[in-house]
Amino acid sequence: MTEDLEGGEGRGERRRPVEPPNITIRRPFFRRRKASPFAHPDAPKIDYKDVKLLQRFISERGKIVPRRITAVTAKEQRALALAIKRARELALLPYVAR
Amino acid sequence: MPFYEHTLIARPDLTSQQAQTLGETIAQLIADQGGKVTKTEYWGLRNLAYRVKKNRKGHYLHFNIDAPAAAIQELERTERINEDVLRYLTVRVDALDDGPSPVMLAKASRDERSRRDREFRGEREAKGEREEPRREDRV
Repeated sequence: MTEDLEGGEGRGERRRPVEPPNITIRRPFFRRRKASPFAHPDAPKIDYKDVKLLQRFISERGKIVPRRITAVTAKEQRALALAIKRARELALLPYVAR
Repeated sequence: MPFYEHTLIARPDLTSQQAQTLGETIAQLIADQGGKVTKTEYWGLRNLAYRVKKNRKGHYLHFNIDAPAAAIQELERTERINEDVLRYLTVRVDALDDGPSPVMLAKASRDERSRRDREFRGEREAKGEREEPRREDRV
């Protein structure tokens, strides 16, 4: 008897926590905002000489990647764009790569 | 006096010795104009990302300069005349970085890696001799 009662209560308790996940079920087309790669305290400085770093922010074709994809902040994107353009002037990065 | 970073690309048919001499003449020119070059880096003969004046390669020289604006104007004027200079870029900065630039660091790590690879290959060739002492260490 006592065992059955406990079992019944147990089931009830188990069922309640099941419901919240149903409410926060993953919505389609919703993605968690990624943190900026420069948010880290010892992240590298944006520098036109740092070709290896800048290469991560240009496409295979040599175009600057939009920040909605790279998740950098607006301020960092402006600094990146300037650095990439300077590196292009010095022939460190291509204007177009095919 | 304002701080500047100055980078230039020299013709690839210069020897690296000649390119470094070019760097010294630039340092002298800045000194004559009342400034000073606080750091000179020779990045070596690098591949260009695209052709510049029909060249595929170039010697890169990088300077940290603390000089009046007039000195930079004179420097750029002489570089426009000098046929050995393919291209230059001057950037005004708030503070000069005395440590090695990312290019030099990348070069150093690449040199380091190639050296380590060579040593590793040597080690593998002498593998039979090496393996026994290691086992003894574990026991």
